[in-house]
Amino acid sequence: MSGHPRSDHPHSEHIVPAGVYVGVFVALLVLTALTTGVAFIDLGPLNTVVALTIAVIKMLLVVLFFMHVRYNKGLTRIVIVAAFFWLGIMMTLMLADELTRHWDMYPEPWSVLLPHLLRFF
Amino acid sequence: MADMAAHSTHPQGFAHQFEDIGQQRDAGRLGMWIFLATEILFFGGMFTAYTIYRELHLAAFETGSRLLEVQFGATNTVVLICSSLTMALAIRAAQTGKKKGTIIFWLILTMILGAAFLGLKLRFEWYHDYVEHIVPGVGFRNRTEWGSLAPQVQMFMCFYFFMTGLHALHMVIGIGILTTLVIMAGRDRFSSEYYAPLEISGLYWHFVDIVWIFLFPLLYLIGGRYTMGGH
Amino acid sequence: MSTANTDLHGAPAGSGVNYLNASYGIKSWLLTTDHKRIGLLYLVVITFNFFVGGTAAVLMRLNLIEPTGALVEPSTYNKLFSIHGIMMVFFFLVPSIPATLGNFLIPLMIGARDVAFPKLNLLSWYVFVAGSLCALVAVLSGGVDTGWTFYTPYSSTYSHGLVVLAALGVFIAGFSSILTGLNFIVTIHKMRAPGMTWFRLPLFIWAMYATSLIFVLGTPVIAITMFLLGLERIFHVGIFDPALGGDPLLFQHLFWFYSHPAVYIMILPGMGVVSELITAFSRKKIFGYTFVAFSSLSIAVISFIVWGHHMFVTGQSIYAGLVFSALSFLVAIPSAIKVFNWTATLYKGSISYQAPMLYALGFIGLFTMGGLTGLFLASLATDVHLNGTYFIVAHFHYIMVGGAVMAYLGGIHFWWPKISGRLYPDLWARFAALVVFIGFNLTFFPQFVLGYLGMPRRYAVYPAEFQVLNVMSSAGASILGVGYLIPLVYLIWSMRYGPPAGPNPWGAKGLEWTTPSPPPTENFEEMPVVTEDAYNYPTAKGGRHG
Repeated sequence: MSGHPRSDHPHSEHIVPAGVYVGVFVALLVLTALTTGVAFIDLGPLNTVVALTIAVIKMLLVVLFFMHVRYNKGLTRIVIVAAFFWLGIMMTLMLADELTRHWDMYPEPWSVLLPHLLRFF
Repeated sequence: MADMAAHSTHPQGFAHQFEDIGQQRDAGRLGMWIFLATEILFFGGMFTAYTIYRELHLAAFETGSRLLEVQFGATNTVVLICSSLTMALAIRAAQTGKKKGTIIFWLILTMILGAAFLGLKLRFEWYHDYVEHIVPGVGFRNRTEWGSLAPQVQMFMCFYFFMTGLHALHMVIGIGILTTLVIMAGRDRFSSEYYAPLEISGLYWHFVDIVWIFLFPLLYLIGGRYTMGGH
Repeated sequence: MSTANTDLHGAPAGSGVNYLNASYGIKSWLLTTDHKRIGLLYLVVITFNFFVGGTAAVLMRLNLIEPTGALVEPSTYNKLFSIHGIMMVFFFLVPSIPATLGNFLIPLMIGARDVAFPKLNLLSWYVFVAGSLCALVAVLSGGVDTGWTFYTPYSSTYSHGLVVLAALGVFIAGFSSILTGLNFIVTIHKMRAPGMTWFRLPLFIWAMYATSLIFVLGTPVIAITMFLLGLERIFHVGIFDPALGGDPLLFQHLFWFYSHPAVYIMILPGMGVVSELITAFSRKKIFGYTFVAFSSLSIAVISFIVWGHHMFVTGQSIYAGLVFSALSFLVAIPSAIKVFNWTATLYKGSISYQAPMLYALGFIGLFTMGGLTGLFLASLATDVHLNGTYFIVAHFHYIMVGGAVMAYLGGIHFWWPKISGRLYPDLWARFAALVVFIGFNLTFFPQFVLGYLGMPRRYAVYPAEFQVLNVMSSAGASILGVGYLIPLVYLIWSMRYGPPAGPNPWGAKGLEWTTPSPPPTENFEEMPVVTEDAYNYPTAKGGRHG
């Protein structure tokens, strides 16, 4: 680190062309139509996956272009990633409890498990 | 307008604790992003609770989701996406040194779209839900076709109102912020050198849009609509 | 390091105008954006909150003199421990060092004129006052009896206390924390003086940075939790009610996701203070600077993945319990690293025993005891027996009081000359430190024994065979209370009658000691340029300055 923490930005900022904004806008509309339309098709569990994937893509478009993160320094990206990572921690560990709560509380002793394990060898 | 040549590091709006306007801009942007990170965790708590209950009670959540009207959810999604575009264009107008009238035009358009979102929600969704007795705590009535899933369907409707309610509250605050920006723009506060309040308010507005981008599929499209359910 | 135009013993070069006398009148204080004044505004409010929480504690300990309850009914006792917990955790400990010493010192230590967002800083104080008032009104209007943990469904459905008001107070105070943490992170990233690289920062700054990370990432979750609790209680519908298929453990998960990191919010700043005190009073560079700096960050990160250790006996999945237990052992490591490094710093140091050092040494011993007892609680098998007993109460009080509060007092004493421009009488200060140490141990050590023997916590009555230990604990509490009152007296006295302090009465290293005491509003006569590492004490054993 240079130790000189004044802004490294020149006074003029990167200006996004209006065309890029409109392009992103159109893409977002298309994706919205897509996600709504796909909901009317039976894909089983894939419905949720598709819906969430499209939502993530839409979010990335807004973050990168409307919110200028594509043109920003690394610190902004670290903040965003950290926030989602922490959200991930919360979801993962909470789900780990909720989903395993009714697993067998008293696993079999080793002597009973051993024949089952040996089947893999 | 301030004398740009003499005050290039200290234009209008400069705050004295900083060394130059670039540092101030960096700090403001970082500050707003950190605030948005807190908002991600704030909404995230509810999204987490939602995820857990959806895992545990999927059938009830699907039933509840079909009580919602996809056309309004989708329309509102489009409305918010339009408002994000107009907000981005308002900031761009300031960046490129356009007259204050242009900035104000885009800001007011954003506000109208935001108000439209709230209006649609209140009149055609929430009020309609109230009349249909599916607002928890306000005359909620179980329906026989829900069978034993009824308590969890009510739970889903709790999530629907809590999450869209919290989102709507953020929209209202956003419209308030936009009003302030319109007033500031009217007083010639913005220029191609100094538009930070617009930029950081834009970040907030886009964030609220993103929350809705996730709320729409998660609340309205659970379990798909291929079995044409509805009210 | 360039210095302001002063000498170590002399008067400031300027006109004698400092942040305290730059302007007078209540408006100049209530509308200030000076981080130093805001720090003092916070000091006043949290001291008041401390005494509200302390009063509840006094009443509790008086009640526990008799096995059948000497003073209050159980329903009132429930309110007392709830008020004590809520006030002490949310309205005293969480803001204590960050909002007072952090606000005052961070810009000074990094060589800045103020924090990044001074008006936001003032707003955070007003928000904190609003939250404190909510809590105070809840206390005075009938109280709340859910415990500071607000567990559902008691809090959401069955309690008759002022749950919503108390939860609202916590919610509001949470926003104050978020704004403070946000301000600190941006300030530390963006406003360091030229030459002040990350690895030249005082360790107090590293600790405050780590604390601010927890503020920003954890506090929103307690906010949404209180929000959901309030909705459930007001509208009688919600997501924690078992009747609707809700899960009370969901509340506990959401609650502890913040509240466990919150305990690190309460201790990390204290650790930062101790790093400053140990180096200053052993006249020695910290041993293992990088390790101590990264240990603060590690504690902040790991603190977020251990919260389930508060829920081992609640019906949580035993597999999740295993994971949380293992991770909880992990979080002890960075804390231990700090203790080792402080001890190594003391080795062959030129040690002096003024009051701040006494508090720092007390911290190291008592925090170590509290931390070690945490390991028994992290271990699933022993926690089954110790959970819900006084062992837990003793464990966290050793850390929170023996650790955090002592570090807070040590820091207040160390920087008092800088804050007030006056010296306090060190003999009285050392005496008070000793009284606090003795009172503290007499209060809380018996509680380890009580817990081990099985006395449950949060009970207004107890089996008669525990009386002796309880009386010892209550006696200790009275001594501890006296120990806390003494500094209040001489510190206030010193503001008027204490001898003027020079810029650097301790002869310590750090940018804050290069500016007059009290500092001018803009902090530095000319902005400093940093050319040396932190704690750059001369290695040869010389005499003390000042």
